[in-house]
Amino acid sequence: MSNETSATTARRGQAPRGERVADWADGRLGIYSLAKSNMRKIFPDHWSFMLGEICLYSFIIIILTGVYLTLFFHPSMAEVTYHGSYVPMHGIRMTQAFESTLDISFDVRGGLLIRQIHHWSALIFLAGMMVHMMRVFFTGAFRKPREVNWLFGFLLLVLGMFTGFTGYSLPDDLLSGTGVRFIEGVILAMPLVGSYLQMFIFGGEFPGHDIIPRFFTVHVLLLPGIMLGLLVAHLILVFYHKHTQFPGAGKTNKNVVGMPLLPVYMAKAGGFFFLVFGVISVIAAVASINPVWAIGPYRPDQVSTGAQPDWYMGFAEGLVRVMPGWEWNFWGHTINFGVLIPILVFPLVLVAIAVYPFVESWVRGDKREHHILDRPRNVPTRTGFGVAWLIAYFVMLIGGGNDLWATHFHLSINSITWFVRIAFFVGPVLGFIATKRICMGLQRRDRDKVLHGRESGIIKRLPHGEFVEIHEPLDQEQLHVLTQHEQPTPLELGPEVDENGVERKVSRSKKLRAKLSKSYYGEDNVIPKPTAEEFKEITSGHGHH
Amino acid sequence: MSETGRHADVPEETLPSERHDAHGDAVAKGENPFADPGLPAHEHRVQDIDEKAARRSERVVAYLFLLSMLATVAFIASYVIFPIDKIVFIWPIGHISALNFSLGLTLGVALFCIGAGAVHWARTLMSDEEIADDRHPIEAEPEVKAKVLADFAQGAKESGFGRRKLIRNTMFGALALVPLSGVVLLRDLGPLPEKKLRTTGWKKGIRLVNQSTNLPLRPEDIAVGSLTFAKPEGLEEDSEDFNENIAKDALMLVRIQPQNIKDKQELAWSHEGIVAYSKICTHVGCPISLYEQQTHHVLCPCHQSTFDLSDGGRVIFGPAGHALPQLHITVKDGFLEAARDFAEPVGPSFWERG
Repeated sequence: MSNETSATTARRGQAPRGERVADWADGRLGIYSLAKSNMRKIFPDHWSFMLGEICLYSFIIIILTGVYLTLFFHPSMAEVTYHGSYVPMHGIRMTQAFESTLDISFDVRGGLLIRQIHHWSALIFLAGMMVHMMRVFFTGAFRKPREVNWLFGFLLLVLGMFTGFTGYSLPDDLLSGTGVRFIEGVILAMPLVGSYLQMFIFGGEFPGHDIIPRFFTVHVLLLPGIMLGLLVAHLILVFYHKHTQFPGAGKTNKNVVGMPLLPVYMAKAGGFFFLVFGVISVIAAVASINPVWAIGPYRPDQVSTGAQPDWYMGFAEGLVRVMPGWEWNFWGHTINFGVLIPILVFPLVLVAIAVYPFVESWVRGDKREHHILDRPRNVPTRTGFGVAWLIAYFVMLIGGGNDLWATHFHLSINSITWFVRIAFFVGPVLGFIATKRICMGLQRRDRDKVLHGRESGIIKRLPHGEFVEIHEPLDQEQLHVLTQHEQPTPLELGPEVDENGVERKVSRSKKLRAKLSKSYYGEDNVIPKPTAEEFKEITSGHGHH
Repeated sequence: MSETGRHADVPEETLPSERHDAHGDAVAKGENPFADPGLPAHEHRVQDIDEKAARRSERVVAYLFLLSMLATVAFIASYVIFPIDKIVFIWPIGHISALNFSLGLTLGVALFCIGAGAVHWARTLMSDEEIADDRHPIEAEPEVKAKVLADFAQGAKESGFGRRKLIRNTMFGALALVPLSGVVLLRDLGPLPEKKLRTTGWKKGIRLVNQSTNLPLRPEDIAVGSLTFAKPEGLEEDSEDFNENIAKDALMLVRIQPQNIKDKQELAWSHEGIVAYSKICTHVGCPISLYEQQTHHVLCPCHQSTFDLSDGGRVIFGPAGHALPQLHITVKDGFLEAARDFAEPVGPSFWERG
């Protein structure tokens, strides 16, 4: 009965049309409950929170343009003789993959633009992920409850690298084919299974006729499929955990301060997608990327100089280039350490940063949730480790382009290689020490600012002739921001003997933890922040300057 | 205190003790000079109080959206107007495709203006009042946890999983075995290596053919100081497996004064100072292409492995692990030919190489 009534009122058009559609959907999908907690979801505002957005949007752009490219690309290694619009390549033998890439560039109107948007977005996607990861790292946003989301993000970065690699290999041009040959050499270097893996992956001897179609499947289906799943999970967790925020007035560990999804972030984030897409389109309009027509089709006996992978593979390339050519022969077998070690170090370096959140929470014994971001200076050991990691990464990036460094700066390639070999080990250590010192200096400055105020730059002359600079006291928000961080005491192992004089057994892992804990909170690693007493003492009216 | 999670199961000593109350709620200012002052009062923007300014912002947003529409029209017009092969000079970029440039620029403007309009709208006209929302601990309440554990225990008990070990063990066995079918199916991805990596297309009596002229090479074709690339006779570019063969057979020839050849075997395998080496780098298989005439060094442009062709192809720099393989050559009827296949596998090393 009542059902009938409500149906009649609806028919009379009393509920607006949009509401009726929403009602229909709610009855089937439960959208009202979903929207209740999410429609006005609060997001804090900070420029660095946009870095992840750049990654999301460039990923969407990659998918959109990628689908378009599949409409024209032929992932085939069948050999053809070129007779298309690009005259300089006439009569040259190439695979259909290369031919269709030329067609996309020269015969499909707008095809070149979409190709260039696709490639540029991929570079920006990976650069964005890298910078986003660094933001999360240096501000400690990976702490509980976000460790799993950190791992999702890390996996996206790693998968993104391999999706990028398989993608730029598809045109089967001379440069990318050289990269595929490199992969073949790496596979062959695997002890025991290398030559079998090589035969299975390439469908026979290099290059065979299978690797491009196989890369195609991996590039357009397998990896993006996994990445899409991870990305959705990553975003769901961001919503579920609610975004972290920097310390500030009114911002606590128990609230989230910002503006609502509807309408502000809908407009800002939605708008930002178009800004990113627009900027990448303009880049693709004016800056050529991967001009395969200038490189030519792949042939295993030809090569160009200055062969470089895309930037995100430069780190691995550097490891391979600077590794000494060690090779062991024994009992009729060969271990090619010159290739094997770099290929093992590569994932190890990546894993080192991936597992860092778990190491830190173990050292700190901290099981609480953290939603207020750290200022990097207040955690010198973590910041130092991050800088050390980045130095190792960038040193290897130099190694990966050692030939370009040599030709552009007129340096000896041998000395660049030796520099990289040494700097890979020494640089991170120096960087760690220097960063820690800088962090301590900044902590000291924060302390001075809290106690003595901000240097105003105004010089005052006192009646007796002395010049002083006027220090302005900080406002309440700044006082709070500069003092809100924790300064725990390091883990103590306790006395070596118990009350009966018997030696206490302290496990080795505990000793290690105590040592590491000291490097986080020990006296030499922390500038004690001002106490309320110190502050009152100084600001209680005695002339201070 | 600042704990949002519980840590009843963590021994006290492992928790860092705190010197100060961190990110706690605002405390009365009198006791704590560093207390959180709380959310600042909202400051009005000019658009909030001046309707004229608000209307100006509205117009700016509308202009941006309008500009986007115009850009889309221009995009379609460019698509129609510019032939795909038209090249124009655009300062300071240089000669570029008119179509790519105009399409990219108009698409970029069309997209960017939508974004700029939306962001300007959000920043100037939508409420910019900051709102604080509460967070709730991620961890479940103890009652919820207890209920879930009890439910699980009951479900597990009802299944008899722990009690009926025979079922459990055979099920694990079946589940462990069944993926093997998938692994077996991968077998036909490729052939077994067998001796494929050890042999090349060279054997006794095969002539050396110049890569660029496609003619058999005579000793007098190899000049001092030049680098000549060769392939085996009978390997044609249009043959089905050309790439697989050339990936192993590619050869480079140089002429060195016999007295300058330091390696005895190299001298024996040469002809009048002409030496033939595999062009495929022993590091990861790039073709070597840079030759230094004076020193007879060759450099691989991929990873800069450097080999000395006057000393048995020895590695003198870079990541390569062993010398370049040399091909034993002779002369018959005035033409260069191979005396045998390479004595060792060419290209990157592998486990069975030995």
